Amino acid sequence: MDFRLTEEQLALQETLRRFIAKDYNFERRRSLARSPLGYSAQAWAQYAELGLLGLPYPEEFGGLGGSGVDIMAVMELVGQGLLLEPYVSTVVLCGGLLRDAAARAIKEALLPQIAAGKLQIALAAYEAAGRYELAHVASTAVRAAKGWRLTGRKSVVLDAPSADYFLVSARSSGKRTDAEGISLFLVRRDAPGLTLQAYPTQSGGRAADLHLQDVAIDDDAVIGAPERALPVIERAVDQGIAALCAEALGIVTALNEATLNYLKTRKQFGTVIGSFQALQHRMADMFIAAEQTRSMAIIAAIQAAGDEPATRRRAISGAKAYIGQAARFVGQQAVQLHGAMGVVDELNVSHYFKRLTMIDMTFGDADHHLARFSDALRVEAIGAAS
Amino acid sequence: MNLNYTAAEEAFRAEVRAFLEAELPADIRSKVRLGRRMQKDDLVRWQKILYRRGWGAGMWPQRYGGADWSVVEQHIFDEEAAAAGAPPQIAFALRMVAPVLMSFATAAQQNYFLPRIICGEDWWCQGYSEPGSGSDLASLRTSAVREGAHYRVTGQKTWNTLGQYADWIFCLVRTSSDARPQQGISFLLIDMKSPGITVRPIITIDGEHEINDIFFDNVQVPVENLVGEENKGWTYAKFLLSHERTNNAGIGNCKRALKRLKEIATRQSQNGRPLIEDSRFRDRIAQVELELMALEITNLRVLSAVSTESRAPGPEVSLLKIKGSEIIQQLAELQMHALGHDALPYLREALEVDWVPAPLLADHYAAFAPPLTGQYFNYRKTTIYAGSTEIQKNIISKLVLGL
Repeated sequence: MDFRLTEEQLALQETLRRFIAKDYNFERRRSLARSPLGYSAQAWAQYAELGLLGLPYPEEFGGLGGSGVDIMAVMELVGQGLLLEPYVSTVVLCGGLLRDAAARAIKEALLPQIAAGKLQIALAAYEAAGRYELAHVASTAVRAAKGWRLTGRKSVVLDAPSADYFLVSARSSGKRTDAEGISLFLVRRDAPGLTLQAYPTQSGGRAADLHLQDVAIDDDAVIGAPERALPVIERAVDQGIAALCAEALGIVTALNEATLNYLKTRKQFGTVIGSFQALQHRMADMFIAAEQTRSMAIIAAIQAAGDEPATRRRAISGAKAYIGQAARFVGQQAVQLHGAMGVVDELNVSHYFKRLTMIDMTFGDADHHLARFSDALRVEAIGAAS
Repeated sequence: MNLNYTAAEEAFRAEVRAFLEAELPADIRSKVRLGRRMQKDDLVRWQKILYRRGWGAGMWPQRYGGADWSVVEQHIFDEEAAAAGAPPQIAFALRMVAPVLMSFATAAQQNYFLPRIICGEDWWCQGYSEPGSGSDLASLRTSAVREGAHYRVTGQKTWNTLGQYADWIFCLVRTSSDARPQQGISFLLIDMKSPGITVRPIITIDGEHEINDIFFDNVQVPVENLVGEENKGWTYAKFLLSHERTNNAGIGNCKRALKRLKEIATRQSQNGRPLIEDSRFRDRIAQVELELMALEITNLRVLSAVSTESRAPGPEVSLLKIKGSEIIQQLAELQMHALGHDALPYLREALEVDWVPAPLLADHYAAFAPPLTGQYFNYRKTTIYAGSTEIQKNIISKLVLGL
């Protein structure tokens, strides 16, 4: 048993730390968030040079064959630097989906391009009425003479405005919430019939709602088994969740550091406010929450690639639920302990807090995942008793 | 990063499991599982069995008869022992006074006391808290006045655990009032049979006798029973605390309680369906399980850092104490809540192992209800003893956060 990161992982983190200090300080990040693109194309190219964009792919597809813990090491720094680039969407979710489910020809065509920073893909899997439920797919895929035709709407597709392709879930059979009958399609950004309504997100990124009207898709653009795509989508989203857990860990760590520093320097009543026991105990609680968050992020990173869905879901939902709650606590308290400074735009605390909050609202909030974890608990307990 | 146990550790786990299967007496196992009252003899018998196997003191060095386990091996043992329904070993002797003796006592003291501890011959208790000295332990006033070859000890200790069974008590006593309170304290070993000692039971919230007041009225203690140097006792006490807190998370005990809670919630019915089908109740179980999931890894992270860096556990163990004590309290609370109105009966006799329930009680109450309400009340102690949650947060804010 060893909880240490490897030399390589530590070196990677150190590189990112230096990159953030030099090229991605808070002011730079603020102006990027307000720019038309919403992130730094230059940074994206640097990630490619560092190998980050191919990290989780096999070497034969231009990757480094990295593990879930490698992704965790990167995402922790993504959190600390509040990096805006579409790393989770392109590299973890969509690249991961292609790696796990696509035909070899597609992998050969796309994964090296992702790794080189020349291609971005966004996952269009959620719909407005389905909330966090991936099986809720009302968008339809109808057989055509050649290939398929897609019609429907996808909501809050993260990092859609800059994507070159979308991975879109659509249904060709079954009821609106059935697990079966869902297929996954690779759709070009410029496909006729596809329109985007783009907008910024609360935490600085970009997203869009997608409208598909009779979008023609070739047969070879179906990813994985037709009508059986839900398990691979769920697995990819679980890996995305693990990545977000690590990002939240990075933010929680950064917020605690900032808050502790503030307690040690801000003076009121003639003394530093960190000398007040009420604040000391709050800070101790925030420290504990951060340590527990790290433990849960580790569980998520290690279990995210698991092939056994029930075990994986239990770990991932447990981690997402716990971190949702812990991060909410740390975020709210960091704002509170900074006083009014916690609610101004010009200090990074409010930006960290907003990002943590939006992480909770992405891919299922704490309540959603607590319910999933609790359902798994029910099945186990009844199984054990019978 | 690697969360797997090594092959050697897995083999050790199998060995522990097989040993527990073969050697843990059925009557003791059953008392633990059903939450029945333990007697001194149960605990001593189990210690002697462990001693015969060479596991009387897992983490002691071999030269004192210990098994020289790593922190990870000790964790594996604790986890398996709790799962099997083994009673806890008495920490006051094995994990508290013994490490102090090994580090600060004379060879004569070590040679006399340590073998008697490991084989279960002597029962030790702790004399720390006093009526006026709880969290502010250094303000203690029990005095020890040197008179030739003896100290004359006078004062009162309180919140003493299981002193009614004890052969020996290790005490913090005041030998000087000249300097700062911490500098006039000495660490004294006192024979509980000494004239002038009175043990008075304190009945706790659950109606049980677990703790005592201990009065010292001009008790004569040979100077040979001083550990280390006079007036240096505070140093030894702090050293002891760092050892006491290594098993603070109590992961094994929490896991057993969680499993039991699920069993109870599955067997209790509500409107003809198992209680566990009630999502409002089940979500509360899930919430505690999440805390425990996180704490198990946090605990292993601390243990693994201690073993790979070969150092004593630092102030981060305070977080294990805070979380572990809260979790066991929450589990006890949910166990009681699972009973519904069966939480109300107070049947002292039902905690005896040979209790025969009246027929009307047998079908709904007897299976698991008897200990649970008392346990809920009793476990309120866990966030108070061994450094209250508030003291632990003081430690974190001072020693970890530098506030």
